[in-house]
Amino acid sequence: MQPIIKIEEVGKTYASGFTALKAIDLEIHRGEIFALLGPNGAGKTTLISIICGIVNATSGRITADGVDIVDNYRKARSLIGLVPQELTTDAFESVLNTVSFSRGLFGKPADPAYIEKILRQLSLWDKRNSKMLALSGGMKRRVMIAKALSHEPSILFLDEPTAGVDVELRRDMWEMVRGLRENGVTIILTTHYIEEAEEMADRIGVINRGELVLVEDKHRLMQQLGQKQLHLHLQTPLNEVPAALAPYNLTLSEDGEQLTYHFDTHQETSGIAKLLRALSDLGIDLKDLQSKQSSLEEIFVSLVQGRSEQG
Amino acid sequence: MNINGILAIYKFEMNRTRRTLMQSIASPVLSTSLYFIVFGTAIGSRMGEIDGVGYGAFIIPGLLMLSLLSESISNASFGIFFPKFSGTIYEVLSAPVSPFEIVAGYVGAAATKSLIIGVLILLTARLFVDYSIAHPFWMLGFLLLTALTFSMFGFIIGIWANDFQQLQVIPLMVITPLTFLGGAFYSINMLPEPWQSLTLFNPVVYLISGFRWAFYGISDVAVGLSLGMTLLFLLTCLGLIWWIFRSGYRIKQ
Repeated sequence: MQPIIKIEEVGKTYASGFTALKAIDLEIHRGEIFALLGPNGAGKTTLISIICGIVNATSGRITADGVDIVDNYRKARSLIGLVPQELTTDAFESVLNTVSFSRGLFGKPADPAYIEKILRQLSLWDKRNSKMLALSGGMKRRVMIAKALSHEPSILFLDEPTAGVDVELRRDMWEMVRGLRENGVTIILTTHYIEEAEEMADRIGVINRGELVLVEDKHRLMQQLGQKQLHLHLQTPLNEVPAALAPYNLTLSEDGEQLTYHFDTHQETSGIAKLLRALSDLGIDLKDLQSKQSSLEEIFVSLVQGRSEQG
Repeated sequence: MNINGILAIYKFEMNRTRRTLMQSIASPVLSTSLYFIVFGTAIGSRMGEIDGVGYGAFIIPGLLMLSLLSESISNASFGIFFPKFSGTIYEVLSAPVSPFEIVAGYVGAAATKSLIIGVLILLTARLFVDYSIAHPFWMLGFLLLTALTFSMFGFIIGIWANDFQQLQVIPLMVITPLTFLGGAFYSINMLPEPWQSLTLFNPVVYLISGFRWAFYGISDVAVGLSLGMTLLFLLTCLGLIWWIFRSGYRIKQ
């Protein structure tokens, strides 16, 4: 199937000489939720800004639904909705006016019923006549989303959508994003919250220093790169790790009650059976044991650090 | 053509005018009325006619032009500067609107507001002095062309300005002095040489002269020249705006 967004060799060097992106190649699949992860200054917002037409690329080409975003900007941009990172709003305008303005700007005829629907979905209908400056940060964020959805886009960019948003609103937004995906909208989100990518995304791209470090299916990524830990809770505390267990590279907790074993899920054998036999041979009894897979955050940190060390 | 996009920007800007009615409409009308009271009625009654026109009536085109220029510039420059300043310009840049449509929305609204102010000032002037309009069609033509040209000029200033001070500097330091020295309150024929010749380098002279001709059939320079100069300013502004969007100057990195 044709990708909904195709990014080919896109680079960006700002007038200051700073290279924000180095020849990025990326394809976004139709109908997926794609999470772009990366530390501050990695190039996430620059990439989104180029796709949306706010920043000019220095090199490369981008198509949205097969349409060149520069040569045929009208068609391309009418497909795209953007929720920017900053809460930039027209302070003195009412919620209803500012959302209706966005719809008109994107060339769509007025449709009060549709605007009412999205305002209700985002719990903004009661605030429709409030001025933007009277709204809380979370409410403003909802208005930004309503503005981006006002012209019924088939691709939605969410740049750090839940930055500074409380847990409840974050859950609401995740629900809304899932609902949009069910309606066929492709969603690309950038986030600092790994939890968000882990919870939401189908695929994950990691960007660092203007380079796309990897693009992978989320589950496969966690499976491939996932380190697992086995926590062994001991019946009797130990003073130190017995010498016979040295090959297993175990770490002992400060109170001596827990041993931790690290292993890689994609190795042929985990070594757990051998370890348990060795413990039994040494007469070390276990109270409990549990295994834990590394979170996406740990994977991400190790990837970014690995790159920094190489660089 | 994204007509809905143009209308969205236009309505948004006109809403801003409505929200600030006192500041945007009442204030320029009041300040021009003060000029009429002081120069037209109080001082004007003690002054002789200029080219057969009473002083109070003589200054109407110049005063109208003074308001038209400053209001067109300040309204259009603020209209585009503020989204740039607050960051909301991202939406206009990411929308399927062409540079022409963006300019049509912002400049159209600024020019409309200037025309409303112009008409209101003209009606207010009637309360203080008696005047006639010899060429109403040309008067409206000059009014429209000037409002449009200087709204475009304001748009350029709004794009160029990086802060509020820069936004004010050209209207205050350049346009106001040029208007005062451009024959708003006198005929340039009243000036001694070399000032009379030097004044011809002031572009506002041509605007005021053409406008005064439309009112009373008298002018400092030939009316064709006035029209030609007005159109030249219009084309210069259009060219600059074309270059701004082509290069992305101060709006797109």
